[in-house]
This record gives sequence, structure tokens and C-alpha cells, in this order.
Amino acid sequence: MLEITPAEWTAIQLSLRVAAVATLVATPLGVALAWLLARKDFWGKSLVDALVHLPLVLPPVVTGYLLLLTFGRRGLVGAWLADHLGIVFAFRWTGAALACGVMSFPLLVRPIRLSIEAVDQRLEQAAETLGAAPLRVFASVTLPLSLPGVFAGMVLGFAKAIGEFGATITFVSNIPGETQTISSAIYSLIQTPDGDVAALRLVAISVAIAVAALVGSEWFARRATQRLHGN
Amino acid sequence: MLRVDITKQLGEFSLQATFESEGRVTGLFGASGAGKTSLINMIAGLLRPDRGTIAIDGETLDDVAGRVHIPAHRRRIGYVFQDARLFPHLDVRQNLDYGRRMNRLDDDPAQRTRVTDLLDIGHLLERRPGKLSGGERQRVALGRALLSKPRLLLLDEPLGALDEGRRAEILPYLVRLRDESRIPMVYVSHDAAEMRQLATQIVLLQGGRVTALGGVKVLSG
Repeated sequence: MLEITPAEWTAIQLSLRVAAVATLVATPLGVALAWLLARKDFWGKSLVDALVHLPLVLPPVVTGYLLLLTFGRRGLVGAWLADHLGIVFAFRWTGAALACGVMSFPLLVRPIRLSIEAVDQRLEQAAETLGAAPLRVFASVTLPLSLPGVFAGMVLGFAKAIGEFGATITFVSNIPGETQTISSAIYSLIQTPDGDVAALRLVAISVAIAVAALVGSEWFARRATQRLHGN
Repeated sequence: MLRVDITKQLGEFSLQATFESEGRVTGLFGASGAGKTSLINMIAGLLRPDRGTIAIDGETLDDVAGRVHIPAHRRRIGYVFQDARLFPHLDVRQNLDYGRRMNRLDDDPAQRTRVTDLLDIGHLLERRPGKLSGGERQRVALGRALLSKPRLLLLDEPLGALDEGRRAEILPYLVRLRDESRIPMVYVSHDAAEMRQLATQIVLLQGGRVTALGGVKVLSG
């Protein structure tokens, strides 16, 4: 009953790898974007903001299909990447990571943006008067003070990426060992006769990962407040 | 020498100031809302004037007509804010060292000792700003600005956030600083007594205009 089969292990490991890669690649992008949205006013800002949040409100199957159209083997970007850089997303675990990265991006960006907004801009001014150029102000004041928010965003993004289903299965299908994550494995199992027990095991693992992520993100948020008060 | 000739519109408020100062401590004196902080923010480069020029020792920092604006981080002008603004994630030692690192200056232990002795903050080096009293915080902020080796030091009501007792605690340090360091200062305050003790020259600011210039006697006029 509690024995995890090799096939299930494969799905768990794949999910962890997909979510980790998605989160690690998305984080620098997310930090840059969060900083832009928090600190800069530019033309088209509300459009960028809307685009970031789009995966949160679009049906995941729509996001998955759009990814397939764009990054598929014959998609505009997908064909170029395959021909010039040899990067293929379609029906590969990298495609699953791309889908998870896109779907979890809004959840990743939001806490980072909030924590950057919470950094007192008067501290940034003080850094400027002490000789820090804008990029160094960011690296030495803004980023360290918003680091707990960055970790919180990474944890949330990771949890979302682990659980992503709709966009992933639409974009890269459900191939065991290549694109079958925990979620798609559960989906397959509950359609199989006698798959209930195995499905339940994976469900329990999903719940455990999600709860751990929420607790972790809460912990980082508390750290953030302490840090901002200089204790 | 500091030369300022600027105008700036801030909502309904218009600021128009022209003065030159040669003094060791230029006191920028006026009631709150007179435009003192906006004026020194422009000297620091944190705020851009709408028109005019700002120059220090013959070097132009701002010249709106000539499209010159040296950004704050390249001005080498120290700034002590009313609210200290120490970096909460750094301890006192790292706060003091910040300006040296950002300006890529060589380590200068002698100068560091001089400043920490002058301000009596040597025993606070390992502490975080959250564990300092208001007066200690302000002394560390002073030290942090001094150690960035500025050519001009701006002090915006550095005693303003402190109670009477704390003020009396900090004021002697400021007098010592004036007498022992060679850095010219612009001292902003609305307290005539402070001005008499510290300033060598007064710029009187009222409703966004300079209404008097001269020695400390303009305070009584």
C-alpha cells in the first residue's frame, strides 16, 4: 500500500526536475520584471502587468495550446529555436518545464514585486548619496531587503509548477518518463481500473509538497518583516 | 564654494533660490514648508531643478539650459537625513563601510578610527540598526556619510527626530565635527538656537524664497 513503484518514482522525480528547472530559470526573469513593475513607470506597463497575470485567468488548456502553436516543432519560435540552437520543447520534459514556468510565473512574480515595493525608497536614496550607481543600489540594498520575498515567490512558483497539469498535458502530452509528471500520472491512474491506490499515494505526495511550500513561504514572509525592521 | 541658482515648481509650491556660500557651515534656516529639504535634495542630486544651475568649487552639478545633471551617486556629496536611514540588513560596521565600498576607495583604518572616536560609536560596530537608540542611529548616519569622504556634507535637521535630551547629546558632536573636519557643511534647521551654535553663515528661506543672507545676526532681524 505504501510501496512506491518505479513508475511512480519516475513521475515524482520528473516533476521535481521540471519544477526546479522552471523555477530556477523563471526567477531572474521574475526579479527583473518585478523590479520594473514595482519601481518604474513606462509606456505599456499595464499591458505587461496583464500579460504576466494572463496564465492565472486563462484556461490552462488555452495556454498549453498557445505554447504548442508558438513553441511546437512547427511553431514560429519553436522552429527557429530547433533549427538555430537545437532546443526542442515539443513532447520533451523541457517543454513541460516551459509550460510550468509560464503557468507559475504570476505566482512567482507577485511576492517578489510586493517585497520590492515594501523596500523603503528612502534607503535607496541614501545609498545613492553614498556613491552607489543604480545597479549597485539594487544589488546592495533593494535585493537583499526583498530576498525573503524572492524565496517566497520561488517556493510558491515551485509548488504551482509541481501541480501544473492542463497546460503541460496539452503542450507536451503525457509520455511516461519524458513528460508524465505527478499530475498527469494521477490522471492516467484514475482512468485505469485498480489504479486508485497508486493514485492516492501520489495524491498524498502532492498534498505534502503543497503544504510544505505554503509553510515555507509563510516562514520567509515572517523573515522579511524582521529584516525590514533591522533586528 | 557652493553656488545655487534654481527654480522648481512642486505642485502649488514654487521654490526660487539664489545664493552663494563660502562658509564652513551654511545654515539653511526657515520654517517647515519653506522649501529647505527640496533645496538640499537638489544639491544632493536627488531632485532635478526646473531651471538654473548648481555648482560646487567651480564644477557644475546641474545646468538645466546646458543639459547637465550629474547623478547623485557621482556627486560625492554626503547626506545625513533626519531619519538616519541606516541600512537595516547591515550592522553598524557595514553601514559605516558602505560609502567606501561604493566609491571604490582604499581602506583607510586611520580615518575610520578618527570618525568612530569623534562620534563615540566604536562600541556599536557589531550591532544592527534596530538595536540602536535614536541618538546612536544619528551618530552612525553621520559617520557613514563622513567615511564616504564627501566634498560637501548636507545635514537635514539631523536633530529633528530626537527629543530634547538626545539633542543635547548630539549637538556637541556636530560642533566637534565642524571644528575638526575640513568638510564644508550645509545645515538645515528651523531651530534658531541650533543655528547660532553651529552655522558660520545663514541663508534664510521663507515661502520658497531666500529673504536674507549673511552672518548669524540675520537670525535676530
